[in-house]
Amino acid sequence: MSQTVFEPWNDPQAKPLIQFKNVTKRFGDFTAIDNQTFDIYEREFFALLGPSGCGKTTMMRMLAGFEKVTEGKILLAGQDMAPIPPNKRAVNMMFQSYALFPHLSVWENIAFGLKRDKKPKDEITDRVAQMLKLTRLEKFAQRKPHQISGGQRQRVALARSLAKAPKLLLLDEPLGALDAKLRQDTQFELVDIQEKTGTTFVIVTHDQEEAMTVATRVAVMDDGKIMQADTPANIYERPNSVYVADFIGDVTIIEGRATKTGDGYDIAFAEGQPTLHAESSKTFQNGQSCHLAIRPEKVAITADKPDTRNALKGTILDIAYLGNLSTYHVRLETGQIVKAQTANTRRLSRRNFTWEDTVWLSWTDTAAVLLEG
Amino acid sequence: MRRLALIAVPYIWLLALFLVPFLIVLKISLSDIAMAIPPYTPTLDLTEGWEGLKDFFSNLDFDNYIFLTTDDLYWKAYLSSFKIAVIATFLTLLVGYPIAYGMAAAPDHWRPTLMMLVILPFWTSFLIRVYSWIGILSNEGYLNQLLLSLGIISSPLTILNTNVAVYIGIVYTYLPFMILPIYAALERMDGSLLEAAEDLGCSRITAFWLVTFPLSKNGIIAGCFLVFIPTIGEFVIPSLLGGSRTLMIGKVLWEEFFNNRDWPVASAVAVILLLLLIIPIILFQRNEQKQREAEG
Repeated sequence: MSQTVFEPWNDPQAKPLIQFKNVTKRFGDFTAIDNQTFDIYEREFFALLGPSGCGKTTMMRMLAGFEKVTEGKILLAGQDMAPIPPNKRAVNMMFQSYALFPHLSVWENIAFGLKRDKKPKDEITDRVAQMLKLTRLEKFAQRKPHQISGGQRQRVALARSLAKAPKLLLLDEPLGALDAKLRQDTQFELVDIQEKTGTTFVIVTHDQEEAMTVATRVAVMDDGKIMQADTPANIYERPNSVYVADFIGDVTIIEGRATKTGDGYDIAFAEGQPTLHAESSKTFQNGQSCHLAIRPEKVAITADKPDTRNALKGTILDIAYLGNLSTYHVRLETGQIVKAQTANTRRLSRRNFTWEDTVWLSWTDTAAVLLEG
Repeated sequence: MRRLALIAVPYIWLLALFLVPFLIVLKISLSDIAMAIPPYTPTLDLTEGWEGLKDFFSNLDFDNYIFLTTDDLYWKAYLSSFKIAVIATFLTLLVGYPIAYGMAAAPDHWRPTLMMLVILPFWTSFLIRVYSWIGILSNEGYLNQLLLSLGIISSPLTILNTNVAVYIGIVYTYLPFMILPIYAALERMDGSLLEAAEDLGCSRITAFWLVTFPLSKNGIIAGCFLVFIPTIGEFVIPSLLGGSRTLMIGKVLWEEFFNNRDWPVASAVAVILLLLLIIPIILFQRNEQKQREAEG
């Protein structure tokens, strides 16, 4: 049984559902969104990820129609959205605060949008029942929002925003109010519901783990710009900038100068230290300054000098014990800190290394990513 | 012990300032009018001992209450007060709601100022403020002068000494009691609820009727009771701004006391008024309690 890979963004024939065309949004002198052009495809689960104030919420509110675009255009299925008010858009939003109507029951909350469309009564009843089943809320239909738990409220908000079968569903930090354990369960549930309904989801979050778990593509934003929009794996393994590499996950950045050798580049980063080697498809001038980004889990830590091109000596400064993993902060003679992570397959008492030990760090030629300086 | 002392304070307060005066009024309402000081009999004389006490109680009767039913002035006054209070409460709501809404919609840094403006009139004497309305509403008053000079009317309007003036006075005086609870309800409302309603297909106006209005319901109810309850017994406004035909129970009460010097009948009027007011007061308390439960 073969499964086709869902990658419409790589298919030149695919027609995007949402098109941002040179979109700029200003609030007075402040530029919230700076000339952005990108596409979102049907059935995608698209995550906007970034620190607070990066413009991700503004992006979403423009899609919902609560903010007007200053310059440029947003197209939904080829149609310019600018003249369409929020209450006429085939777009629904799930609010960060859930915004459930406190005076209405769960059932009435979910039926709210359907009633506004003047749908026949039995059609509304059927649709609400379907939504209650999808979100496993049948038992709570007659409760008021303050009589159910946070997780249940989150599901009511989701059911309400899905009830009108929107072309596009916007989720503003949908899991922000849930505790860690519930959040993990809910992430998978969200993906499940997205696949079942076939709706295009755009989620705004500042939680990278959440974005990586649920999204088909993650757009990392900073300062009103999308720095990189790609699959979670590519964002992590092939970041296109120091910002993205640093924002997603843990990373050590080593600054140096590149010299072309063989398939890659030799990087000289400090006097008295051996040059490092990294393969890269990017082209660098000889002597051009560059950044080498290396993930801690790709760095091996040994007591003896290993037989690889990338090997550095240092002393252990700190050990962060995370239960399943330990992250070692190793200081080189130059003062540079390099992080190395190992899985704790043995009991803690049998750990090989401790503070102040001299160790060797090593990684393969393909492990590190070479980025422009 | 400390807890008992703590609870005792409000109870002693209630006993001294509410229950004791009420019992005195109740006693007077059961007495008979007399040309004496005080102008009623019997009076309690403890020097006579047990016999005196028995004599005292045997002289109390319900004659005054029976009298209230024989003269239709009284029930008409109760009914008219009720009618005026209902209409005035409704008018206050009509004026107060938009003001409260505007305050809640105003930018954060404006709100304390607006709140201040609503409360400010309380800092001057209520009597002076009602008197000043005479200056505004009288035939030669500012309002008529303004309308005449603008050419809107050709002869002065008679507003003072009519029910219209009474309504204006009541709306003006009790407006803050309407605005503040409604404002409190509106201000607590989460703004994203309106965005959610719009997102789900409501126009601004339907969003107001389906979300804002029901969510301010408790504030409206509280405000209406706070206006309605004191308005029913209102005396100053109808006697200063109203005419001879403005019939309100507060005015009747005053006339019985001071014009007729019939303390027992006046007391009976007051006791009945209090009993009638217990109903809306209980309803008000229940509304407040329900709201607290819903929030808790």
